[in-house]
Amino acid sequence: MLALLQTEMPYTALYAYVGLSMVFIVGFVLVVLMVARLIAPSRKSSTQKGQSYETAEAPVSDPWRPFPVRYYIFALMFLIFDVETAFLLPWAVVYGQLGLYGFVQMVIFIGIITLGLIYEWKKGALRWV
Amino acid sequence: MLEVLNQEPFRFLLTFGALIFLVLNLAAVLTLAERKVSAYIQLRYGPNRVGPRGLLQPAADVIKLFTKENIPLNRADRWVFLLAPAFMFLPAVAVWLVIPFSQNAVVADLNIGVLFFVAITSIGALGVIMAGYGSRSSYSLLGALRGAAQMISYEVPLILSLLGVVMLTGSLALSDVVNAQGGGFWNWYIWPQLPMFLIFFISGIAEVKRIPFDLPEGESEIVGGFMIEYSGMTWALIQASEFAMMAVVSAVTATLFLGGWQPPLPFLDLGAFNWLWFAIKTTLLLFVFQWIRWSIPRFRMDQLMDLGWKVLIPLTLIWIFVTALWMLIF
Repeated sequence: MLALLQTEMPYTALYAYVGLSMVFIVGFVLVVLMVARLIAPSRKSSTQKGQSYETAEAPVSDPWRPFPVRYYIFALMFLIFDVETAFLLPWAVVYGQLGLYGFVQMVIFIGIITLGLIYEWKKGALRWV
Repeated sequence: MLEVLNQEPFRFLLTFGALIFLVLNLAAVLTLAERKVSAYIQLRYGPNRVGPRGLLQPAADVIKLFTKENIPLNRADRWVFLLAPAFMFLPAVAVWLVIPFSQNAVVADLNIGVLFFVAITSIGALGVIMAGYGSRSSYSLLGALRGAAQMISYEVPLILSLLGVVMLTGSLALSDVVNAQGGGFWNWYIWPQLPMFLIFFISGIAEVKRIPFDLPEGESEIVGGFMIEYSGMTWALIQASEFAMMAVVSAVTATLFLGGWQPPLPFLDLGAFNWLWFAIKTTLLLFVFQWIRWSIPRFRMDQLMDLGWKVLIPLTLIWIFVTALWMLIF
């Protein structure tokens, strides 16, 4: 019988599989692109043809120049919350066995983060300008 | 003879091949479903010329896209430009590795499956930025910046809304999450975690950049956003990975909150064919994706950021607190 069920395996083997799969996936994409390169026509490029699209006008400006990144505060807050979740995930796994102690610890931790969020909110850092 | 294929390297290779097959077919079927569902919602027929009832339309599309030229740009950063589709396609396949289709039917059952899903989907944001920046076009860059802001903003509620499920299960492995929801639909995590389910689904829609969160693409204002300069097969790969990501989010939602492959009632257990339940749940969620797309208009950028930071994140924090309190008392 063809069952293809996963049996108990050492976790190093599983991670080797995951890494191998990623190599395969990127390889698959590259093969598809190469096949497309062989099948698809590739006529001579010209100045007009290779221009980037700007509502059918000749592009007037180079986008690779300094530009205001409006959301860098969001990016900073994302970092803070991402690290917060990195701390919360292991806590969540063992929470069932921690009891009151774990609960109080979590309330203090999330409380501090929430205070920070409220402060940012009141300061207007969350406003998209 | 077939027993050999159950042995280790062959099982992996076979299941991985099946996975690639599944993802490509999902992308093909979803492009057709997108057009058919939109057509029926708008009282039209949709594609109905190629094959019976238009069923062969995706095949015709693939042939067409393979024979279209991939126009090289003069100014683009060629390698970043060409590698972006690979980085968008990678998460769309890799997440399927850890999703259980049925009891033990999983390619690699990592004990940190939930974390793996979160980590791998963030690669998609990298692909968007690479596509937008590498094309060296104003619209692309606008789309990529919007995409980056949106995807990092909605990743926070996406991760936080998973915590309730992790707390109730006490494990990060998706197989444990599914096993803990067995015994009937009243044991599914959607009931104790209903707000988290909604938040996860909303952030999931934002994470795959679908309407109403399709600002990075925004056809009517920035004409395609980060994928504006792509043509031929590179464009097809980006589209395929977007549709496949939609399926990934649906599958993960079904696994975490709707019991995965668990049958809704105990006597409906199909044994090795329980993947049918998983398929039904995922398909229903995919239909909801398309239903939302044709019902709700696009958000404005400030509304989008407000929804993420001022509504969804406080709600998840409150519900984590409620779940923790509930687990402490009962």
